Amino acid sequence: MVIPALAFFAAFALIPLIGVLALSFMSWDGLGTPTWAGIDNWLRTLTSPETGNAAWLSFVVMVGSWLIQAPISLLLGVFTAGQQRYRAVLAVLYFLPLVFSAAAVAIAFKSLLDPNFGLGSALGIDALAQNWLGDPQLALGVVLFVIAWSFIPFHTLLYQAGVKQIPASLYEAAMIDGASVWTRFWSITIPQLRYTIVTSSTLMLVGSLTYFDLIYVLTAGGPGNATRILPLDMYLVGFRSFDMGRASVIAVILVVVGLTLSLVLNRMSGANRMESQMEGA
Amino acid sequence: MSAVRTRPNIIGGLLGWVWLAIIIVPIYYVVVTSIREQSSFFSENALLPPAEPTLGAYITVLQNDFALYFMNSVIVTASTVAVVLIVCVMAAYYVVRSRTKFAKNSFALILLGIAIPLQATIIPIYYMITQLRLYDSLLALILPSIAFAIPITVLILVNFMRDIPSELFESMHMDGAGDWRMLRSLVVPLAKPAIITVAIYDGLNVWNGFLFPLVLTQSADKRVLPLSLWAYQGEFQINIPAVLAAVTLSALPIVVLYALGRRQLVSGLTAGFGK
Repeated sequence: MVIPALAFFAAFALIPLIGVLALSFMSWDGLGTPTWAGIDNWLRTLTSPETGNAAWLSFVVMVGSWLIQAPISLLLGVFTAGQQRYRAVLAVLYFLPLVFSAAAVAIAFKSLLDPNFGLGSALGIDALAQNWLGDPQLALGVVLFVIAWSFIPFHTLLYQAGVKQIPASLYEAAMIDGASVWTRFWSITIPQLRYTIVTSSTLMLVGSLTYFDLIYVLTAGGPGNATRILPLDMYLVGFRSFDMGRASVIAVILVVVGLTLSLVLNRMSGANRMESQMEGA
Repeated sequence: MSAVRTRPNIIGGLLGWVWLAIIIVPIYYVVVTSIREQSSFFSENALLPPAEPTLGAYITVLQNDFALYFMNSVIVTASTVAVVLIVCVMAAYYVVRSRTKFAKNSFALILLGIAIPLQATIIPIYYMITQLRLYDSLLALILPSIAFAIPITVLILVNFMRDIPSELFESMHMDGAGDWRMLRSLVVPLAKPAIITVAIYDGLNVWNGFLFPLVLTQSADKRVLPLSLWAYQGEFQINIPAVLAAVTLSALPIVVLYALGRRQLVSGLTAGFGK
């Protein structure tokens, strides 16, 4: 009974996974027949300043978006898990960004950030009326902000659910012992949330390797190459420059980095999460 | 659950309201601009309600094949979710009930899909789809979308089905029930909340998907919604109200879905991603 699922997964996920490794050693323009190219693609990719720049930007986006999203999601999750009625209402509203596709979000922010007709000029604040997406110095920051805007809601949900599962007795005991809000936060909330923290961080870090649509519509990697992270580099090399071999090398790098990250983070969580869930059931 | 946290959480509260503003302003801007006259877009304040609200932008969008793109999205999303649910409920049942090594290994293999950024396989998928002569068809979007949805769906369903008491299976087994009957009259009814959750979750992902349509289709009559938004942006150029009307329309079904199935979506998402 597992066969149909396995078959679909193998045909359109596992075989392509092997295929991408094979194609990284081939030369293909996207139309003809791929031909063997040896390590040529790898040499060209590893020495390409463009891809090197893309790898660096990907790293910045990965770390940057984690540094922005993780603390905010955690705090919002703790906040919305509270008892007051208005917090539940806020939690409902926090979900709203999730109803928009990445393309929709990118298009909305593109016009909202317009220096002449957007938010800055509407509020009359010059500091907000910058050429956000046209200035290479600013564009990456904007990308990080828009990523946070679209993904924090999801992670807030994860943390909210995590907090709700912390036994109230822990807090009651701590309060009897006279522990302050901070002590309770650091010595109960955070340790109790460790699985949520690992899960959410894994999703954020590995997920950052797949940010494509949002940035593609928002900046297309520009201005210049200022926001051209690896997934964009892969797409542009493959489907714009029709150098599928070299694009496959970038894809293999993405897969290896993603898999390594997942494994390392899973180890760091102390135990295998799946097993620990079974025991808790 | 009483008397925990009696003092107000000031930092949380402050962040909470600031974040609300950050969330709401762009959404408000999108909606308010979509009912603005195109001619007044460049003269009116972007954050004030329009002096003369109009649905003109929506009419423009609807006259530009929005219904077609909408239907394409519905077809792709519905077919993908239907197939994913069928194959994944079966797979999860097998993984939970079977003690064989094959079941364990299959599960491990499928879970690999969660650890890997599958988007990186887009080039071989493009190659396969062209070889199968499916390029520029809705089926080209459905097949890989099914494969990509399988890992997380199986994970969520397996986690949920593991909580079904094994005594229930035993007693049905005693009554002579086979796998199919157990699936139909025990597993599916009991796992309904999880099934609805994954349906919504997978549906959202497919509905909002951009990379597959971008790479695997090209003609306008095969266009799905996210791609159409991008195309509208090019077509309408300076008619920002029309572009944002399309953005609003594309989100509307999800808003309805969210209003109907919020509890299920939220509880299921967290069930799948651990405690």
